Amino acid sequence: MGILLKDITKQYTIGDETVAALAGISLEVRDGEFIAIMGPSGSGKSTLMNILGCLDRPTAGSYVLDGQEVATLGDDDLARTRNKRIGFVFQNFNLLSRMTALDNVALPQVYARVGEKERLEKAAALLDAVGLGARKQHMPNELSGGQRQRVAIARALVNDPSIVMADEPTGNLDTRSSVEIMRLFETLHVQGKTIILVTHEPEIAAYAKRVITVRDGLVLSDEKKE
Amino acid sequence: MFKESVAIALRALTANKLRSILTMLGIIIGVGAVIAMVSVGMGVREKVQTSIASLGSNMLIVSPGAASSQGVRSASGSATTLVLEDADYIKKTVGGIDHVAPTVSKQYQLVAGNQNWTTSVYGVTPDYMAIRSLTVGSGSFVTQAHLSSRTRVAVLGATVVQNLFGDANPIGQSIRINNAPYQVIGVLDSKGQSSMGQDQDDVVLVPLTTAQERLIGITHINSINIQVSAMDDMNRVQAQVENLLRQRHRISGTKEDDFSVRNLTSIMEMATETASTITLLLGSIAAISLVVGGIGIMNIMMVSVTERTREIGIRKALGATYQDIMLQFLIESVVIGVLGGVLGVGLGVVAAQAIALFGELNTVVSVLAIVVAFGFSVAVGLFFGIYPAQKAAKLDPIEALRYE
Repeated sequence: MGILLKDITKQYTIGDETVAALAGISLEVRDGEFIAIMGPSGSGKSTLMNILGCLDRPTAGSYVLDGQEVATLGDDDLARTRNKRIGFVFQNFNLLSRMTALDNVALPQVYARVGEKERLEKAAALLDAVGLGARKQHMPNELSGGQRQRVAIARALVNDPSIVMADEPTGNLDTRSSVEIMRLFETLHVQGKTIILVTHEPEIAAYAKRVITVRDGLVLSDEKKE
Repeated sequence: MFKESVAIALRALTANKLRSILTMLGIIIGVGAVIAMVSVGMGVREKVQTSIASLGSNMLIVSPGAASSQGVRSASGSATTLVLEDADYIKKTVGGIDHVAPTVSKQYQLVAGNQNWTTSVYGVTPDYMAIRSLTVGSGSFVTQAHLSSRTRVAVLGATVVQNLFGDANPIGQSIRINNAPYQVIGVLDSKGQSSMGQDQDDVVLVPLTTAQERLIGITHINSINIQVSAMDDMNRVQAQVENLLRQRHRISGTKEDDFSVRNLTSIMEMATETASTITLLLGSIAAISLVVGGIGIMNIMMVSVTERTREIGIRKALGATYQDIMLQFLIESVVIGVLGGVLGVGLGVVAAQAIALFGELNTVVSVLAIVVAFGFSVAVGLFFGIYPAQKAAKLDPIEALRYE
């Protein structure tokens, strides 16, 4: 199982010019790995993240996720894959501002067609787990940045995905909150989740067990730590 | 999923209350206008029907045709061949008839004391009362005895009483018609205006034979009103009456009738049809405003989709499919249509009552109009919601997430 990328390319057409954001990436990620993807802006790391997260499709190449080829799936199948197998954590949290923390966490289960009672119980349990048990009925704008990101992490976990993807999860946070969030990711890693982290900060990448550096749409280095 | 979508829609609508209400206002006014206008049209129709029915229902009217002498044809009604015996014969021989009322009429000047008034004097039989749905307020009506003895008695309409006697009681008083004295034996209850705008109370009724022999000096009659028992029987009775009169007047083959038989039911059908056309016209004009309201919904939904691009991106990233997003926005616009429809029905009913109260127009609020207008508003919400919902559902999640 896990992730298997083979010769993934992604090209964009801007005017008459064709720009290759990914020039041919092959990668294997096994279940339970904690990976950081690093690289300067324009390196293609965001594009790689979008493809890994099934938000986008590669121009060519093969992407096998948990034994299933996803590079050629249709929009709705990609949506279902995102819903069930992948949890997202974004730099700017991306919580829905008109919903309480509890409803935000439960949202992916709405699209997984889970009943309301079960949904809210699960969401409440996850908010307890990330230490926000007392703030279930708060709106996102009543929470601090670190608390919002913890809500987002709880939301990413609600459908029990095998992979959690985080795009600069600490980019908008102060150092103390950043440490809290990274500890949370470490805990998830210990629990057996695959974690893929996109960042440009070496201190954040240091939490990962494997660091992949991307430049000009190619893998520059792939280092594993023991 | 449906329940969640309704909850999401309501939350989105309450988040922008003023905007939602303004959008709904288009639908509210549209639905209200349809219901109010249709109720005005239905009111006109009902009024036409009752005023024609007040002439007497299931009525056939026989009137004399045009007299013709050596190829010169006079005005319709000038023939003098229709006589009282024709009426008696029809009553005796044709089945399925309730009443037969022959009449004559002419304008005369009436004098009572120092007052005078000019109006139509009708020579009538006792059947006339039933056939015209008249009621005598005080005194009595013309009787068979009056007819046999050609008595000089008169029954007055309310307008005549008002002009000759004012508030005094006219019963037992004497009036002069064409300089001959007549005793007032009764006063009719007011019937108001006819559908043609005639004052139906401006009449004087005297016994038919008195009018023929002692007042006008004729032997023919001006019309025969025939009330048929059953509506379905109208055509048969009409054909039989026509046949009978042709025989009695010795009109054979292709020779032209010297009488005509009119069917009030067909007049009623025609008038009802006209009123229905008016209703349809008013309703359609009002329906246009409903469509304009729908365009308002579409407009605001487009704005809403653009504003919530990021929200759509988040939902898609979390696994919302094309259908999920489509449903969410469709339900939102349908909710506008439903709420607007409900409020519009209320407005329409109130407006119809107000028109009846202050506009002196008869209005009939029809359940069908309410159901159709409400259904139409929901359909408008659905139809004009499709395009914005599609636009939302088609958004690319990456683009949408990047939207500021």
